Amino acid sequence: MKYYDKLIFELSKEGRQGFSLPSVTWPDSLSSLPSGLMRAKAPALPQVSELDVVRHYTNLSQMNFGVDSGFYPLGSCTMKYNPKINEEIAAHPGFAGLHPMQPAYSVQGALRVYKELSASLSAITGMAEFTLNPFAGAHGELTGLMVIRQYHISRGDTKRTRIIVPDSAHGTNPASAAVCGLDIVQVKSKSNGLVDVEDLKPLLDDTIAGIMMTNPNTLGLFEKDIKEIAALVHECGGLLYYDGANMNPLVGVVRPGDMGFDVMHLNLHKTFSTPHGGGGPGAGPVGVAAHLAAYLPVPRVVEDEGGMLYVEGCEDSCGMISGFMGNFGVLLRAYTYILMLGRQNVRMVGPLSVLGANYIKESLKDCYELPIPSICKHEFVFDGLKDKSTDVTTLDVAKRLLDYGFHAPTIYFPLLFHQAIMIEPTETESKETLDSFIEIMKHIAAEAIADPDSLKTAPHTTPVRRLDETTAARQPVLRYSKEV
Amino acid sequence: MSKVIEGLLYSESHEWVKVEDGIAVIGITDFAQHEMGDLSYVDMPEVDDELTKGEEFGAVESVKAASDLFSPVSGTVVEINEALEDAPELLNEDAFANWIIKVQMSDESELEELMDAAAYQAICK
Repeated sequence: MKYYDKLIFELSKEGRQGFSLPSVTWPDSLSSLPSGLMRAKAPALPQVSELDVVRHYTNLSQMNFGVDSGFYPLGSCTMKYNPKINEEIAAHPGFAGLHPMQPAYSVQGALRVYKELSASLSAITGMAEFTLNPFAGAHGELTGLMVIRQYHISRGDTKRTRIIVPDSAHGTNPASAAVCGLDIVQVKSKSNGLVDVEDLKPLLDDTIAGIMMTNPNTLGLFEKDIKEIAALVHECGGLLYYDGANMNPLVGVVRPGDMGFDVMHLNLHKTFSTPHGGGGPGAGPVGVAAHLAAYLPVPRVVEDEGGMLYVEGCEDSCGMISGFMGNFGVLLRAYTYILMLGRQNVRMVGPLSVLGANYIKESLKDCYELPIPSICKHEFVFDGLKDKSTDVTTLDVAKRLLDYGFHAPTIYFPLLFHQAIMIEPTETESKETLDSFIEIMKHIAAEAIADPDSLKTAPHTTPVRRLDETTAARQPVLRYSKEV
Repeated sequence: MSKVIEGLLYSESHEWVKVEDGIAVIGITDFAQHEMGDLSYVDMPEVDDELTKGEEFGAVESVKAASDLFSPVSGTVVEINEALEDAPELLNEDAFANWIIKVQMSDESELEELMDAAAYQAICK
C-alpha cells in the first residue's frame, strides 16, 4: 500500500485552477459591491487542478479499508456486503434529482418507496407502523424514547422519568435516554450473560417509563426470558424498547413485535445493507405497536381514497426530528436490498449469519477464551487469548490482524470482559473467507507464544504503524492551520 | 498487581477516602486507573456542589472507556484538584498521591460503610 498523507491544502499552488470562465463583459466588478459585503481577506481555498484533486482523493481512498477490500468482522456493526444494485437504483436520476420541496403530486414514486419500505419493515419486525425519518441508529433511539415519553404524558402519567438499561447495553442506549431527559437505572446480567430477572423485579414501579433491550444482546446471546420480562414491564405500566442494532440474526425468523416490544429502531446501514463506516450517512427507522402510532414523528406519508400519496402532520406526534423525510438515498438502498432478496431469501439472512458466527466461535475456542460457552446468534465475544501466560493483549491481536489483510473485530466492548474481542462475520461471507480468517487467528495465537514481539509491535505492513491514541486523546489537534 | 494503601477507606466503586479534620479527600484507586488505561479527561464537580453518598460526582475518561465517579460520602465540595484538568495522566502516574476532590462531610457515620485496605484488596481480582 502506497503511503500518502498530504492535505489538499499542501498541494495548493498560487493561481492554479481546474476551470476557466468566459472573460467578463459586463460593467460591474468586485469593487462595485458595497464594502460591508466584502470580506477583508480571500478565503484560503486550495488552488489545484482537476488532476491534482483526482489523484489526491484516489490516493487517500487506496489507504482505506472497506467491505469491498476485505473481510470486516466488526462486532455489533453488521458489515455485510452492500450490493451494487443498491447504488444503481439510488443514483437513478428520477430519484437522485428530486428536491425535498417538490409538491407531493410530482414525487408520487418517492412517496410510494417510503410507504412500501415502511410496510416491508413492519412485516419483518411485527411492528404496526414505521417512520423512516430518523437519520441514524442513536437518532432512532432518541425518537423512540420521545414516542414513549409522549405516550405517558398524553395519558397524564408524568411520574415516569426513569428508564431501565442492562449493563450489557450499547453505550448509545443510556446516552439517548439522557438526551431525552430520562434517568437511567441499570439492571445487571447474570453469569450466563443474560438479564437477571430477579434483579429487574424490584426496579419496576410507577416511575419506570420503560426498558431498553437488545436481543440478542451485545454478547450475541438471545435473551430467553424476554416474554417474562415483557410481561413484568407491561404490568408496571412501562413500555419495551428494542435496540435493532442486533436485528440481523432474527431477520426472517423472529419478530420483536412478537416478543412483546412496543417500540424499536432499525439500523438500515447494518441489517439492510446500506454503506456505513466513517460516520454515515445512516438511517434509523422507528417502528411502533398500533397503540403508539399517533405519537410517531411528523411529517408522515398518507394515502387518500384515490390512491394519491401526500405528506401530513399529526396533532399527537412527538414532533419533528429531521428535516423532510430522513436520508432518502439510504432508504432507497434498503428498499432495493429487500426487494432483491425477496420474501423467500430474506428468511435466510438470520440463519446464515448465525451459522457463520458459530462456525468461527467453535473453530477458535481452543486458542481464544470463550467466557460463555453456548450457541451464539450473529456475533460472539472472546475474552482475549486462551494462553494468558504471555502479556499479549487483545489490542496486539487486533493490530496483527491488519498485517494479514483483515479488518480488526470490535475490541474492549462489551465492558463485561477485560480483553473482549467481538466478532461478527455476517451472512455475506463465503466459507473460504471464514476459513482463512480462522487460520490467521490460529496463526496469531501461535505467534503470541513463539514471537510475542511481532504482535506487540504490529501492525508492520500498514501505511501507519501503531498510533499514539493517548496523546491524540489528551492533546487533540482539531484544526489545520495554514502557514501564511 | 495493583497497589492498595493501608489507612485509607475504600468504596466498591473503586474510590479511596482519606479523612483529614472532617474533610474527606477523595480519589480513585490504583486498580481503577489500571483498569481504565491511559486517562484523557477527568470531569469534576464545582466547589460548593452538594454531593450525596453513592451518587455520581464526575467521571474519568480514557482511550478505552468512560466511567462515572461515585461519591463515597455526602457533603459539600470544598476543593477540586485543578491540576487534573490539564494533566489527567497524574492519576495514572500515582492514583493515591493525586486526589480528585475534597468534601466537607455532612455525616461522618457514612464512613463506617466503607472498606479497609484488606477488604478492598479482596474485591480487586
